[in-house]
Amino acid sequence: MTVVRSAVRTRPNRALTIIAGAIAIVLLLPLVSLVLDAQQAGWAEFSTVLFRARSLTLLVNTVVLVITVAPLAAILGTAAAWFTEKTQLPLRRVWTVVLVLPIAMPDFVVAYAWHSIAPTAQPLAASILVMTMSTYPLVYLPVAASLRRMNPATEESARSLGLGSFAIFWRVVLPVVRTAILSGSLLVVLILISEYGAFEILRFQTFTTEVFTEFKFNPSGAGALSFPLVVLGLLVLGAETFVSGAAATATTSIRRASRMPLGRKAIGVTSGLVVLVLVAVAVPIGTLIYWLSSSQHTTLPAQATLLQATGATVGYCAAGAALAVVLALPISYLSARQSNLFARLIERSTYVTLALPGVVIALSLAFFAVNFAYGIYETSTLLIIAYALLSFPLALSCMRTSMLQVPAVLPDVGRSLGRSASFVFARVTLPLVLPGIIAGFCLVFLTSTTELTATLVLAPLGVETLTTQFWAFQSETAYGAAAPYGLVVIAIAMIPGALLALWFDRLGQRS
Amino acid sequence: MRTVLPPTGPLRSGRLIAAVTVGVIGLALALSGCTATSGSSGSTTLVLYNAQHEQTTAALVAAFTKQTGIQVKIDNDDEDVLTAKIEQEGTRSPADVFFTENSNWLQQLADRGMLSKVDSTTLANVPAQDSAKDDDWVAVSARVSALVYNTRDLTAAEMPTSVLQLADPRWKGKIEIAPAETDFWPIVSSVDHTYGDAKTLAWLKGLKANAGANGVVPDNETLTADVNSGSAKIALINHYYFDRLRAETGASSIHSALSYFAAGDAGYLKTYSGAAILKSSTHQAAAQKLVAFLTSKAGQETLAKSDSFEYPLAAGVAANSADTPLRDLHPSTTFTPAEFGTGEDAKRLLQEAQLL
Repeated sequence: MTVVRSAVRTRPNRALTIIAGAIAIVLLLPLVSLVLDAQQAGWAEFSTVLFRARSLTLLVNTVVLVITVAPLAAILGTAAAWFTEKTQLPLRRVWTVVLVLPIAMPDFVVAYAWHSIAPTAQPLAASILVMTMSTYPLVYLPVAASLRRMNPATEESARSLGLGSFAIFWRVVLPVVRTAILSGSLLVVLILISEYGAFEILRFQTFTTEVFTEFKFNPSGAGALSFPLVVLGLLVLGAETFVSGAAATATTSIRRASRMPLGRKAIGVTSGLVVLVLVAVAVPIGTLIYWLSSSQHTTLPAQATLLQATGATVGYCAAGAALAVVLALPISYLSARQSNLFARLIERSTYVTLALPGVVIALSLAFFAVNFAYGIYETSTLLIIAYALLSFPLALSCMRTSMLQVPAVLPDVGRSLGRSASFVFARVTLPLVLPGIIAGFCLVFLTSTTELTATLVLAPLGVETLTTQFWAFQSETAYGAAAPYGLVVIAIAMIPGALLALWFDRLGQRS
Repeated sequence: MRTVLPPTGPLRSGRLIAAVTVGVIGLALALSGCTATSGSSGSTTLVLYNAQHEQTTAALVAAFTKQTGIQVKIDNDDEDVLTAKIEQEGTRSPADVFFTENSNWLQQLADRGMLSKVDSTTLANVPAQDSAKDDDWVAVSARVSALVYNTRDLTAAEMPTSVLQLADPRWKGKIEIAPAETDFWPIVSSVDHTYGDAKTLAWLKGLKANAGANGVVPDNETLTADVNSGSAKIALINHYYFDRLRAETGASSIHSALSYFAAGDAGYLKTYSGAAILKSSTHQAAAQKLVAFLTSKAGQETLAKSDSFEYPLAAGVAANSADTPLRDLHPSTTFTPAEFGTGEDAKRLLQEAQLL
């Protein structure tokens, strides 16, 4: 049975709308503080920092990177999804997990590994390589899920009408997965705009790396430099909204399409995927293991043992992920159930923060905490809020996807059978969206474990996380001592990474 | 079979989600409020914002706590970010003491009226010209700028004698620079004061061209490591980065050496790391004690014995034996922290040269 939902959107629920709106406003606070900062600095400061030749160079660098990496990540992610979902790829199950793992690698570890292998590589080329490798899973995940949900009947009809594999992909498959490709690419672009660690190591200068440098002048200058990032983010969001159209229709099927045999091509495809995983995962891990085998000697005493740092990382990231999921619940529900402009605006606006560098968000949270909530300043609460805020869009996109898959009629059926609203929510709605909630939790958790710049600013006094301790050693060139912290970050991030892959793998099978 | 689902009535779960969200957030806030207020205890604990190298500070603070019983919590970050943080925190800053690698950040806070005066007995521990002229901060240690070069590709005889020669095309593709590292700014400032804006700007542009696309790096650690590995041949650093690399990797993996410019050259500078007490601190007396300790004989000896490799300033305290004795070095005598100020000139020129 195929269920096509159309016009299932409901009347606005006022309480929900107000709460979702309130959450969106909180999420946009960093933007407010940017404006306040810029206002304080004045137009003169703003224009001297922004309108000079260097800004143009930086803008060109950022744009060139975005227009190369985003399509590459989209192609790579889509191709990988096609092979794991539509073909008889050997070891298919293994690949569905392994192909997601690059997302669990801290950017600065991957960049450092490649930089130490090829120190003279051209900065742009190296950045393209590293960023494509670390972002393609964001396209791969939704596209794979979308391919699984696809109704096989259309493909079969196309085939029976004599279309070849390529034509089927181009004319039948692509239109269906287009929304998934676009929403994944959107996250990729926003992450590229705000990326810092990898580019600093690879010596590629963008607006975001410049924001970090700008702190050396004054923080309001850094605020001014963040404006182009916000504008870029808004442009990308606008473009994506325009291209993808309004609502996505969820077509689901309980029947599986037959997988295309790869034949001899299997060897070529498998080697391609092996190279991909070697570049994105094996080389960075290998580098850390190599460091581990080198001298452990360091003049820097560890501020936190491996166990303490692991405890801090896991605790903060789990709390941050839980908070993100709770905050995303009303917004994802609202945007999946209501297609009015307001609901859409609330949902979209929360994506802007993804385009802002972590340190800018961290300092603006510090600003608000100092002035309006001093009790939580320099406490773990603020860091947890920062984690939730930084990765909120990732949780939202996972949860919105699963909300869209719940036929709106189901809870109503429950209600009409005389069950209470809370019973229906607990027994019907929640079980159906739970996988999306878990996926959102995993994605926020793993991106937080690899977060560095906001953590450095907001971590409570005397507390070191795995990434800050790794960074402390690495900046002292004490690689042997840094390696264990890096390896534990990867190990911790890989668990939710694998869970995430398995969940997306299941996403299509059920429904 | 295809079913088109009809529009439905308002969903009750919407209201429920709203209630759950508010409930969870309320609970979380209540909990965090409890943890936030239960923190304070009886004895004094100082908060030190630290931009000095972590091991230097860790050794100093351990010795201080042992001597006085005063606990110190350390917040480590870059000096620019910590300065931004202090300015943002304003009068509510939890920081009592700020310890930086370069004096310009302290001077910036001093100019904004955010620092207390340092006790005169503390200031008397170190030469007067090394500290702030208005007693806003005290110098704790000194570093000397030096060239580091790869010994497999270059010899001591080939080393330039003036900082200006680094802009010579001879170093194209061989030199790396770290313009965003504050350590580079006093040199720019000094070249400017010696040769004027036009010549300094031309020199910076020459340096930029020589460094090329791959030669602009974030910090002195990277400069030193790259020269040692051979991916760059020469760089301008502060002397102790070389000592620190040697201490980390062991002498057998060192393929580089230090070289100093001709005596009194504009690029041959002695610069200062300093400490200051925040005016907003509610532990003024204890904060003064910590700063006094940093410059005391005990503190300066701890510094000299640590892996910092910076020069102690107190009279009668010998430098780390790995360092060239200060009396054998001949940095410029005209360049002082007062002249460096907040580093405004250096920033302006680096910006004009599009290096920042």
